[in-house]
Amino acid sequence: MFSAVVSSILLASAFAARPAAADDTIKIGEINSYSSIPSFTEPYRKGWQLALDEINSAGGVDGKKLEVISKDDGGKPADAVTAANELVANDGVAMLAGTFFSNIGLAVSDYAKQKKILFLAAEPLTDAITLSKGNRYTFRLRPGTYEQAAMLADEAAKLPAKKWATIAPNYEYGQSAVAAFKKLLSAKRPDIEWVGEQWPPQSKIDAGAVAEAIAKSEPDAIFNVTFGADLVKLVREGETRGLFKDRAVVSVLAGEPEYLDPLKDETPEGWIVTGYPWSAVSIPDHAAFLKAYQAKYNDYPRLGSLVGYAMLKSAAVILAKAHSIDSEKLADAAEGINVDTPFGPVTFRAIDHQSTLGAFVGKTALKDGKGVMVDVTYHDGAGYLPSDAEVKAQRPQN
Amino acid sequence: MSFYFVQFVTGLASACSLFLVASGLSIIFGVTRVVNFAHGGFYMLGAYIGYTLTDRFSGAFGFWGAIVLAALCVAAIGTLIEMSLLRRVYEAPVLFQLLATFGVTLVVEDLVLLTWGPSELLGPRAPGFKGAIDLFGHPFPAYDLLLIALAPTVLAFIWLIFHRTTWGVLVRAATQDREMVAALGVNQKWLFTTVFALGVFLAGLGGALELPREAANHTMDVQVITEALVVVVIGGLGSVMGTFLAAIIVSELNAFGILVFPKISIVLVFVVMAIVLIVRPWGLLGRAEAATRSAGGVVFSRWRPFGAQGRLLVVLALAVAALLPLVAGNYFLGVATEVLIFMLYAASLHFLLADGGLASFGHAAYFGLGSYGAAIVLKALGFGMETAIPAGVLLGFAGALVFGWFCVRLSGVYFAMLTLAFAQIAWSIAYQWTDVTGGDNGIIGVWPSAWAASPVRFYWLTLALSAGAIGLLRAITFSPFGYALRALRDSTLRAETIGLVRWRVQWMGFVIAGAFAALAGALYAFLKGSVFPDNISISLSIDGLVMVLLGGVGTVSGGVVGAAIYRSLSIWVISYTDYSKLVLGALIILLVVLFPRGLVGQFEAWRSARTPSRVLGENL
Repeated sequence: MFSAVVSSILLASAFAARPAAADDTIKIGEINSYSSIPSFTEPYRKGWQLALDEINSAGGVDGKKLEVISKDDGGKPADAVTAANELVANDGVAMLAGTFFSNIGLAVSDYAKQKKILFLAAEPLTDAITLSKGNRYTFRLRPGTYEQAAMLADEAAKLPAKKWATIAPNYEYGQSAVAAFKKLLSAKRPDIEWVGEQWPPQSKIDAGAVAEAIAKSEPDAIFNVTFGADLVKLVREGETRGLFKDRAVVSVLAGEPEYLDPLKDETPEGWIVTGYPWSAVSIPDHAAFLKAYQAKYNDYPRLGSLVGYAMLKSAAVILAKAHSIDSEKLADAAEGINVDTPFGPVTFRAIDHQSTLGAFVGKTALKDGKGVMVDVTYHDGAGYLPSDAEVKAQRPQN
Repeated sequence: MSFYFVQFVTGLASACSLFLVASGLSIIFGVTRVVNFAHGGFYMLGAYIGYTLTDRFSGAFGFWGAIVLAALCVAAIGTLIEMSLLRRVYEAPVLFQLLATFGVTLVVEDLVLLTWGPSELLGPRAPGFKGAIDLFGHPFPAYDLLLIALAPTVLAFIWLIFHRTTWGVLVRAATQDREMVAALGVNQKWLFTTVFALGVFLAGLGGALELPREAANHTMDVQVITEALVVVVIGGLGSVMGTFLAAIIVSELNAFGILVFPKISIVLVFVVMAIVLIVRPWGLLGRAEAATRSAGGVVFSRWRPFGAQGRLLVVLALAVAALLPLVAGNYFLGVATEVLIFMLYAASLHFLLADGGLASFGHAAYFGLGSYGAAIVLKALGFGMETAIPAGVLLGFAGALVFGWFCVRLSGVYFAMLTLAFAQIAWSIAYQWTDVTGGDNGIIGVWPSAWAASPVRFYWLTLALSAGAIGLLRAITFSPFGYALRALRDSTLRAETIGLVRWRVQWMGFVIAGAFAALAGALYAFLKGSVFPDNISISLSIDGLVMVLLGGVGTVSGGVVGAAIYRSLSIWVISYTDYSKLVLGALIILLVVLFPRGLVGQFEAWRSARTPSRVLGENL
């Protein structure tokens, strides 16, 4: 007992506050799951580092340099809250940003609400973060689950397919994506029926059995939500077993380089996907981003790179507009703010704090032994966000 | 009809790939009694090394040569680890080896990331087995048929070397009675090393053989280790045939289960394990464990309550802790609060493990029930924190009462695995029952009442509750009940002879440990402001074991010290390094080698060696 307390006091020195930074910097606290989902977060880190260089070499914000203090959350919400507390209570950051997993995003957004500090959520897709669990201090950059499902439902409605089956990872993201897609597609096409569904556990898919079970329900088309390692397994088993033969497939996120590239020459052709066709984007702002990214890293950007880049740019614009690091002023400034991103200008809507950043929808194809997206169109997020009435019904008003 | 046949064969293919990994684990487990947590890491290494080699050598010969070479490389790495690390800790108290292999797992995870980068790596398909063959009109992957042929071949191979070679006979003898084999003059070191190498070879082979089915990725190790462990236990320890049978049962139940319940996969293996262990306490083909000669906890010196000097130190330490807010900022207070909560959590597991001799692999269940109980009463029923915390404790208490009733009927590793099964069932309920628990999005907004909301107040509240609860646990340890619990741990036979009823005493011990863990969980919910299924996760159960083992199982409350050090260390490491797993894993390995009795255990051993003539007045 005694030595426990002694050791914890000795450790106190390790945690003691570091010297306060000079007044000529503004600190941003950044948290993400660097150790648990490196395939997304490594390019993401490169993205915000590029943005940081650009902002600071252009003179920073209000004449002050930006400093990003970055922490790993190990993929655990509780550790993310510890990190947030360190950034806020110890490092005195002006705002928080980042996070990948939905539950971590929600944990940090609730911390932000409790401690009244601005939180710019980069990646978490859950609709709850801007709707049912939304709060004054939390803003989100990426299009959420509902938006992505809505973009795909538009395309799916044009298909002749009448019988649909779904495959989704068995957690909130998969469940919300399937629910939204079903609702939207059935509304557009009352004639379709849902003939089968499979819910493999995330990253533990028994792909052969799942593929057979789906094939047994004899759908005309399949809606897939699995990604990452599960998607690779499903594609391999499904292709060999003829699951995708003569069937349309609509798949969320599968066009993102993080998930498309590992498939290499086995990329299935003709899937309708949301994603990021970095080599085919024709938006002018993107060309500059692409050039700078490739010059700095000698690598092409992933979607994570773009999210990291746009996140830090948004943070800088919010700080510049507020002329302050006061949380209330920052939150006021962020509502309705316009930010230039590589996907063009976006707005953080005042009503639900969701940005209008969109996503690309296209078809997968094989080119030189690699998977690419073709026939891409950019879908502006603004067209797929819930109406004001829906937001008011779902989001806590205060 | 043909569909069901194809689904059956599909299940068989999954079973075979599962068996290839699990068989190695079963062999290592059976002989060395090491719960080799690094087995998943070796499996992952097999896949990644296999990827690199198959990338380099093309063609049929190159591919298959690369697969075997990858497995051999992994076996070489495993042998090196066994000789340099595990050999040093075989004599350590029960389960201590788990700590060493846990450290290895962490190191392997980061080394793989550093070596192969963050992306998933898709290897080539197997030459000659790329496409599908026709199975009653269904296209079926040819490679799956190869796996189905391969697994029984490996099973036959293992059977042959175990039954037809001298080495195999010695291994089987060691599986049944290690001490006797050693007494007969067999070089145990050599036996253990070769068994470990064979087991790791099978893990590497299993990983490399997965390449044509999936991309090498960073979560492979975690996915496979629990499932492999579960299969080994369902089959019965040390029975490779049982492992084979269990792999088939689990895979077929999954293949057909998802047709009726598409969401069943997430919990299926654990439900199967719970049912099997309740019906057959030693697994399908396992036999009752031979009575171990050394009991659960190895005691280096007799346990005594604190003397005057010890009490003074405790009071002093508490006074210092209470005055901490005078010097510490809000962040450090937050960390200190978290450390205090984990000290309580570790103390509760330590009580079960050290006093009861019952190693729980699922202690997070009660921590998590405490968190959820508190959060639900607060958010859904609208009570305040003052009601929510006792409600959390009550839920943990109730959970331990129910689960414990089943668990204490078993012993040893089977007990441990049944606790794991219940923890995973509790986890999947929290994960799936979205209406009540919020699913994986959890419950947020669980903040303390206004009077305790400031970091200083909440720290004091936690200090008071944790210190009081740890004190109470110590008091129970030295009460007649505590003596009864330890008597049953040291010799069940003798203790029962004097009239102690084993299951009743251990059940009570289990419930006490669960209730205290629940208190820690409830406090944790209010510290973090949110509750997630993570609070019941396997990794939290493992963290608890790591803390207790680090402190020393043979001590009265070493777990408390282990928790303070491990938790502070991991918070510090994750905050200040990019490769936190590498650093933390290396530190654990270092501590394991330096302090094979745990930190407090080593300290006591050292102290009693310095003063051999004097009987120690107290124990930490």
